[in-house]
Amino acid sequence: MPTRNMIEAINDAHKVVMAADPDVVVFGEDVGYFGGVFRATAGLQAEFGKQRCFDAPISEGGIVGAAVGMAAYGLKPLIEIQFADYIYPGYDQIVSEVARMRYRTAGEWTMPMVIRSPYGGGIFGGQTHSQSPEALFTHVAGLKVVIPSTPYDAKGLLIAAVEDPDPVVFFEPKRIYNGPFDGHHDRPVKPWSKHPDSEVPDGHYTVPLGKARIVREGQDLTVLAYGTMVHVALAAVEENGIDAEVIDLRTLLPLDMATIEESVKKTGRCLVVQEATKTSGFAAELATLVQERCFYHLEAPVGRVAGWDTPYPHAYEWIYFPGPIRMKQALEKVMAD
Amino acid sequence: MSEAPPTDRRNAPALSLHVPEPDYRPGDTPDFSKVVVPAAGAAPRPDTGAPARETFPLTDTLVRVLDDQGRPVGPWDPRLDPDTLRKMLKDMVTVRVFDDRMYRAQRQGKTSFYMKCTGEEAIAVAAAAALASDDMCFPTYRQQGLLVARGYPLTDMMCQIYSNAGDKLHGRQLPIMYSDKPHGFFSISGNLGTQYPQAVGWAMASAIKGDSRIAMGWIGDGATAEGDFHSALTFAAVYTAPVILAVVNNQWAISSFSGIAGAEKATFANRAVGYGIAGLRVDGNDALAVYAATRWAAERARANHGPTLIEYFTYRAEGHSTSDDPTGYRPAGEAQQWPLGDPIERLKAHLIGAGEWDEERHADLVKTADAEVRAAQKQAEAQGILPDQGFDRIGSMFEDVYADTPWHLAEQRDAALGEARIYLGRDAS
Ligand SMILES: Cc1ncc(C[n+]2csc(CCOP(=O)(O)OP(=O)(O)O)c2C)c(N)n1
Repeated sequence: MPTRNMIEAINDAHKVVMAADPDVVVFGEDVGYFGGVFRATAGLQAEFGKQRCFDAPISEGGIVGAAVGMAAYGLKPLIEIQFADYIYPGYDQIVSEVARMRYRTAGEWTMPMVIRSPYGGGIFGGQTHSQSPEALFTHVAGLKVVIPSTPYDAKGLLIAAVEDPDPVVFFEPKRIYNGPFDGHHDRPVKPWSKHPDSEVPDGHYTVPLGKARIVREGQDLTVLAYGTMVHVALAAVEENGIDAEVIDLRTLLPLDMATIEESVKKTGRCLVVQEATKTSGFAAELATLVQERCFYHLEAPVGRVAGWDTPYPHAYEWIYFPGPIRMKQALEKVMAD
Repeated sequence: MSEAPPTDRRNAPALSLHVPEPDYRPGDTPDFSKVVVPAAGAAPRPDTGAPARETFPLTDTLVRVLDDQGRPVGPWDPRLDPDTLRKMLKDMVTVRVFDDRMYRAQRQGKTSFYMKCTGEEAIAVAAAAALASDDMCFPTYRQQGLLVARGYPLTDMMCQIYSNAGDKLHGRQLPIMYSDKPHGFFSISGNLGTQYPQAVGWAMASAIKGDSRIAMGWIGDGATAEGDFHSALTFAAVYTAPVILAVVNNQWAISSFSGIAGAEKATFANRAVGYGIAGLRVDGNDALAVYAATRWAAERARANHGPTLIEYFTYRAEGHSTSDDPTGYRPAGEAQQWPLGDPIERLKAHLIGAGEWDEERHADLVKTADAEVRAAQKQAEAQGILPDQGFDRIGSMFEDVYADTPWHLAEQRDAALGEARIYLGRDAS
């Protein structure tokens, strides 16, 4: 089976959906001729023509707003926001328009579209190329929020997102575009080709939205993670010799609560992990849900690992990023309590 | 699926989407003969108090001063004294040498990122000469020339680039995202376009307080598509704000040519017309024209005649940044074909023609600038390069989030210092 890194898998997903559905149109800054600054849309314009894949003006509000109009016509926009840090000029259109259109029109207008954007840190991007804004979107009724952590999932989830009748915000952990980063800044990242999840089949397949993946089975602890942090969590669990069940959420909204509940009821302990700043992050929501639904099964308070509550610094990212030390401390705490 | 057109319209012509394309792509031979370059000196110069309408024809041409021989011609000749011209030349040369050294430093792994302004040096340097030293600038990442021209120490710029112990921004910002209040240089944002309405707001504040200082903001051709560009023009027009709004049209926004920002349909200077503010379109590689236009707009603003939108027409000779390879989307060597030439060569030719400069002095200037930049680099690197950074003053990461550090940040700072102690095997500060 062909191996693909995450960018190649995402690129392949575009080709599959564009070939299958002539209503899928792809646009965004630099996505056309050049194929995107991360090369996620490489070759699409050559293959599908300029009417289906084109460069957009640097106007995130315009990109999302135009996607609303296209969706209203009946097309399926699959748009790229170059960095998640730049989604804010399009935020009003996403929150006030895209998310609520089905509701406010009682289903007369719907907004099937996918808004893709690379997010997260660890690439020396400073405070304007490193943010993890997923909680700003999970707080919005009407959106689905998806974050893959492997090439296989990236392709299958992206195809499912395009085929979904609702708008999907699809955040791509750019730190693991090329290989699964385990949080050790001082070690080279192994390329995806050495990882089983980089076996990405050709052609159409989907990974269903709203379904989590048990990455590693375990008895003593449930770790909930998504995106880059799945790999950081996995490495930390193994380095610390803990028999933990690691769950990759894959979809934050709607969440696969059944899988989480079943696991926590089995293990009796839970650690929630996010790369984003701590306060009011998605991990807070996870911890609350677990507490609400599994309280009598818990043997310890739900633990939380997150980025610090500062903007993302340039020179200090090694210690801003929630890496192996923070993971170890949190694992020890949740296991000891 | 999209709905099929109603049957009764079957004979209506099929619509088709226009997606602009540049004339040349990799492998093509660029030929800029289609670019209209009016003769130097041909554009009229309205009075600085003229109604905005009088400038509208100037949004379709190019204000040019230096002719092909480097002679200054026409009403826009600012008649600068030779010392001012030599200072501008020196600053432009310094910026270019600085850019080359820092580009190399990035390639050597001494920092993460760099952005050059090669070919655009006149735009910041000549504007700095035309403004008062205490006018406020809201630049993009390609106006490093403002800092150089205003005498900000090169070492300090480099320390920011290396995020080192001498970095006054404490390693928080990307390299090139300078900030220096004393030199009237507003903090650079990674978020395109945000500085534009901010420049207008500063100018409005200056007017509210009866001050005499004005503001100038810069934006790239690509970023004019952001909503902030249009908000800025609206506010500037409504309040007759004493502001100069510069569009640096360097033809490319990463891989997207200026047509993707609308340049096929109207010039960027034309945007002024719809807002009823003064507009000028200027040869951005002609330091004298840049100076003259900026000076005109500054006088206009200072006399309460309001804002001016200036399009500086230029070409981004190098990659967008160290992360970009322009040969992937435009012909190699396109910059050399650019009909407006090299701003440094043109100013140099002018000074030589005026008998105020010669090849020998120029070679000396380049050598001196090179030595100055190297010396600054040595001083900066003595304070560290990026790979060594982020291991000291870890606690500083938690400062300045708020004026006072709240409890949760104090807790997180202590936790971070604890992590650092484990990782470094020593106490961290
Ligand atoms: C709001 C926002 N969207 C996208 C980006 C990514 N980006 C950085 S620079 C750039 C191109 C800017 O081109 P232009 O405005 O023409 O300026 P130039 O770089 O050519 O000087 C883009 C798209 C960004 N920084 N901010």
